Amino acid sequence: MKERVTGGLIAGYVVLVVLAAVYIYPFVIAVIDSFKTEAEATQDPMGLIPQTFTFAAYEQLFTGTGMPLWAANSLFITVVVTVFRVFFDSLAGYALSRLHFRGRNAIFALFIGVLAVPSVVLMVPRFLVLKELGLYDSYAGMIIPLLADAAGIFIMKQFFDSIPVSIEEAARIDGAGAFRTFWSVTLPMAAPAVITLTILSFQGSWNEFAHFIIARQSPELHTLTTGVATLLSGQLGSGNQFPLKLAAAVLMTIPVAIVFFVFQRRIMSTTEGGEKG
Amino acid sequence: MSSVSTAPAPRKRRGGARGGEAVAGWLFVLPAILIIGIFLIAPIALALWVSFTDWNGRNSPLFNDNVEVVGLENYAAITTDDTLTRELFGRSIRNNVYYVLFVVPLQTALALFLAVQVNRRLLRAKSFFRTAFYFPSVTSSIAITGVFLFLFSATGVVNRIIGWMGVEGPNWFADPNGIFHNLLGAVGVSGPPGGWDAPGFLGVSAWQWIAGPSVAQTVLIMLAVFTTSGTFMLLFLAGLQNVGAEVGEAATMDGAGPVRTFWSVTLPMLRPTVFTVLTLGLIGTWQVFDQVYLTRGTPAFPTLTSPAYMAYSEAFEENEPGIAAAIAFVLFLIIIAMTLIQRWALGERDERGTGKKKRTGAPLQAGLTADGAARLQAGPQAGTGGGLT
Repeated sequence: MKERVTGGLIAGYVVLVVLAAVYIYPFVIAVIDSFKTEAEATQDPMGLIPQTFTFAAYEQLFTGTGMPLWAANSLFITVVVTVFRVFFDSLAGYALSRLHFRGRNAIFALFIGVLAVPSVVLMVPRFLVLKELGLYDSYAGMIIPLLADAAGIFIMKQFFDSIPVSIEEAARIDGAGAFRTFWSVTLPMAAPAVITLTILSFQGSWNEFAHFIIARQSPELHTLTTGVATLLSGQLGSGNQFPLKLAAAVLMTIPVAIVFFVFQRRIMSTTEGGEKG
Repeated sequence: MSSVSTAPAPRKRRGGARGGEAVAGWLFVLPAILIIGIFLIAPIALALWVSFTDWNGRNSPLFNDNVEVVGLENYAAITTDDTLTRELFGRSIRNNVYYVLFVVPLQTALALFLAVQVNRRLLRAKSFFRTAFYFPSVTSSIAITGVFLFLFSATGVVNRIIGWMGVEGPNWFADPNGIFHNLLGAVGVSGPPGGWDAPGFLGVSAWQWIAGPSVAQTVLIMLAVFTTSGTFMLLFLAGLQNVGAEVGEAATMDGAGPVRTFWSVTLPMLRPTVFTVLTLGLIGTWQVFDQVYLTRGTPAFPTLTSPAYMAYSEAFEENEPGIAAAIAFVLFLIIIAMTLIQRWALGERDERGTGKKKRTGAPLQAGLTADGAARLQAGPQAGTGGGLT
């Protein structure tokens, strides 16, 4: 019995190590090749140590492309979207969990209903509305539609449901208004869900692509995703430009990677925000 | 705080607070309702209108004398009319069907496998493995597709690795040949049997319908499995933790081997999570857009298109907003149908379970689904996630 467990465990390790290597390798080789010359990256893409170590790709990104501007746009949009989305989702989640008002069930049903609307189906329709409202090709048009999402509201409501009401009743009795109670009593207790939602919102708006493709056309409004997409489809220069493309991919991954590694315990403690009840 | 213990006061206050509470409630949900109403519900209504008109994209589709209602013409253009648009649409559906048929089972099986392996009680470095498997799920679809374009280039990393085994790899992104066609070719069937090359359903010939995913599309399939298996692994881990270790241990005590235990104990108990993952997978794969958009410069691109991409290109490149809106709605119907089929199947299973189980299981599943949807939306499937049961 004991022996079988050990044998199985060793076999399991081998499988897991091989799989982990497969999952990690693309990122490692992308970083390495971004420091090679184009010729070397083409002839010897697998070499683990660049023969001529060069920052040329990164230099070209910063001086010859819109990368700095794209990064600034991405950062600005991501921060605004994350702050407001977490706030609006929390507010709505709290109201649906705690406050009694007419129409609450209908609104909850509405939010659940829109959860079923696939975002890609909305691309063209959203473009139509942005144009109608005169928001097309502006920061407002890129940002406002992302400021609330049904999944986030649901995650927050679920978490608020799990916090005992008695705790805030004391504050209510004390005469604190609904917002005071929400802001200084209940929301701090929902910190795990807030952090989870912050991370998901940050990651989601940093990685957002489809919406920015349909909400803007000016090059000045490129984000990292739409800007790097133009690099990848090779609209400038000749050759395969692999080091340049890989360098762009590496750079745009760094912020989410940092957030991921800092918060990985929280991110991967599965459904911390949603399920904990 | 001092008034906490005074008994009669709260009742009165609370009664008075109800009115204020209603106002507060509405104020709290107002921002979310406005955003969701204006940018989610209004677009659907507007697009539905546009899908019934011949609007050419100029000026507004509303209150515009130049815009005429054409009934179902736009829908006919992609389903019954014998046009190039219909054939392009038919091809995008064919491509997407194969994408779904391959990605969903593969990502579900791999995610489940990873979760079971990582969940072993005696395993060390658990968090390292979880990190390794989940990391691809947090990167952007653009970055990861860029890396895959590099890995799968003609003389790229993947072909060199295959080369060590003495196999000459294909020129991945330039190879439009369907893998079923290739298999048929290997057994001597290199062309369509009589009549199979005539335009069939949606203008696509039967021979093309059975082509299978193109070699180029297999790369996108691998990419999708690579980037979603980590997310779904986390959902399965949550499910496994819910099941608890005791059950499996009890089975092992009874003498069942690990494989038996998995098939007859663990998997049945994970059934709700399996359904969540299948549903999210079906919804997500029908929405593939980012990766398609990025590969539109590649030679085999016609074998990579999806309805989601085609809706985009009809609106922005062909200047056919009516047809674009019609495609969006057909896609919407497909996804709703998939969800309903899933729900129906899930409902069937639930009825067989005990009522008690249903009640404890439901909140967890709802949470899992919201969590999975939010994660998918945040990760490389962004623009391909979002949906939910």
